[in-house]
Amino acid sequence: MAKGYKYFEAIEKHAGKLAIFTAIMVSIGGLAEITPLFVEAHSITASAGVKPYDPLRLAGKDIYVREGCYLCHTQMIRSLRAETQRYGAYSVSSESVYDRPHQWGSKRTGPDLARLGGKYSDEWQRLHLLDPRAVVPQSNMPAYPWLADEPIDSKDSVARVRAVQLLGDPYSAEKIAAAPAALEGMTAMDALVAYLQGLGLPAEVAEDPT
Amino acid sequence: MPQTETYNDQVVRLFLLAAAIWGVLGMAIGVFVAAQLAWPALNFDTPWLTFGRLRPDHTFGVIFAFGGSALMGTCYYVAQRTGHTRLALPRLANFTFWGWQLICVLAMVTMPLGLTQSKEYAEPEWLIDLLVAVVWVSFGVVFFATLARRRIKHIYVANWYYGAFIIAVGLLHIVNNIVMPVSLTKSYPVYSGTVDAMVQWWYGHNAVAFFLTAGFLGMMYYFVPRQAQQPLWSYRFSIVNFWALISVYMWAGSHHLMYTALPDWVQSVGMAFSILLLMPSWGSAANGLLTFNGAWKRVASDPAAKFMVIALVFYAAATTEGSLMAVKTVNSLSHYTDWTVAHVHSGAIGWVAMITIGSLYAMAPRALGRPAMHSRRGMEWHFWLHVTGLVMYVASMWTAGVTAGLMWRATDSSGTLIHPFIDSLIAVRPFYLIRFLGGLLIVAGMVVMAWNLWHTAADARARLIKPIPVPIPEPEPRQMPAPVPARA
Repeated sequence: MAKGYKYFEAIEKHAGKLAIFTAIMVSIGGLAEITPLFVEAHSITASAGVKPYDPLRLAGKDIYVREGCYLCHTQMIRSLRAETQRYGAYSVSSESVYDRPHQWGSKRTGPDLARLGGKYSDEWQRLHLLDPRAVVPQSNMPAYPWLADEPIDSKDSVARVRAVQLLGDPYSAEKIAAAPAALEGMTAMDALVAYLQGLGLPAEVAEDPT
Repeated sequence: MPQTETYNDQVVRLFLLAAAIWGVLGMAIGVFVAAQLAWPALNFDTPWLTFGRLRPDHTFGVIFAFGGSALMGTCYYVAQRTGHTRLALPRLANFTFWGWQLICVLAMVTMPLGLTQSKEYAEPEWLIDLLVAVVWVSFGVVFFATLARRRIKHIYVANWYYGAFIIAVGLLHIVNNIVMPVSLTKSYPVYSGTVDAMVQWWYGHNAVAFFLTAGFLGMMYYFVPRQAQQPLWSYRFSIVNFWALISVYMWAGSHHLMYTALPDWVQSVGMAFSILLLMPSWGSAANGLLTFNGAWKRVASDPAAKFMVIALVFYAAATTEGSLMAVKTVNSLSHYTDWTVAHVHSGAIGWVAMITIGSLYAMAPRALGRPAMHSRRGMEWHFWLHVTGLVMYVASMWTAGVTAGLMWRATDSSGTLIHPFIDSLIAVRPFYLIRFLGGLLIVAGMVVMAWNLWHTAADARARLIKPIPVPIPEPEPRQMPAPVPARA
């Protein structure tokens, strides 16, 4: 038996030591990679055109999340030539600072949406969500007809804006005060289309979808 | 000391039953969503039947409901056998069973209703996450309390893997799910953008590492020697692989974010450690396979051993593929395509499901007080249905992935992209049909297993099972672990 074996033996015969060493070993990698990102995150600020989602777009983003759009669409243009040729400039950190959670995605059954905003008309987006095959015959995207009849709950939406504000996203008091009026009579479809039409656009271009 | 203690197999049997049911259900949902990718009208314009809402049900159903139940059940079985002791805290152990099943039912019902955090493999909302934390800590307490009352001084290596699985998954789950609740059904994560992406894939990757690898390696290290009826090929090698696996895996999560807005150094570190991962992965696979050395006859005669051998082959193959896909140049082609789907499923259907099924076939008769499974032919049928389905699935998705990846980057002589995106979808649609058929075969196999387990349990249902006595060893002043010399 090797000379140093007794040290191993001490671990192998002691459940507590085994657990502690295991916890240490599994923590190192995560700490090494995530801690610097936290530190760096404070230095990443939104780039000039990027502003927090206005209440309607935030509601739209939540519908994007709810319907699981991220399972077939990415919002992350990689820094590869074929990607920038197809979808536009590659995505950078400062563009997704207000995405809670991020919607980078992991699979493209459909195309990337990071710079979808303004590529098609609102009416096209609406038709496409109601019946994708009416505009793209070979598409395998499901239809989302229920969105058109679903009203946005403005009270809930305002609570959501306040929650992300609490997490540090800058919203002015006026913006929040104006939210119920801006959401009045809006449907889930309106919110989702507003969100999609704002993707990748500088805030001043995408300002006020109403 | 009189022989009075018996193993507590009641909770093991409950988990066995749950695993069989969730296995069929989770995989059936997978087949349904696969059919939707081929025929999109199959959502019948109904919100809760739509792909985006059902896909988390498939992944949660197979990973946490099926895999989780199998892992917890075998963990309780193995900790008792390798420690020559009865399960500690039986009431808490029963609570972990009912608690886990409640979590699975809640998650599987709420996700199709649209309640999701949209973090892959961590979709359930915050209330369910809290429940998971409570049940998980209880599971850890039962496991370590059982280890604490063991009669064999040395802790057998299978328990090391189960222990790492419990500790790491608890850590990952808590860190990834720190959120700000808005209402009972909605929350926002405290992380955003790049940090959120890194935390999510640190979690996502290591859920694979510790839930789908370390846990199932625990299963492997107990049941493979059990079915081969001889000791592990090299005990020391398994220990070396243990420390290498748990320390290296945690670094590799960033390989899910190659060429993204994640800082470049994190991507490179992730790639380097992913390549290092080949060593412990191959080490465990080789150790398992070599354990059959000199006992290969058993593989022909015992379907449970057959499942285990193919599982180990797929473990080696899928981890090789994973390391290669973490190389940036390969990743630039494979990422976002169905190649990733092929890779995940060669790991999930090939390694995880097959080592589980093999272990369940090995454990069920013993836990149910029967000499063998009800039908050997049923096990053989299951094996061939499963393997055929697996090959159809992996081959079709691999081809689809490479096809789409090449089409996305193809340019003509002037440097202009040749294919609009829709062309790549049209090209892969036929493969979606083959994948669907492969999935059908796999579910059919799971139904055969459920039927077989039901009949094996008939005797147990008819009368009380005779409890299995715990072998109580003679007290020894100083026990050495018996490292088995490597076989030639």
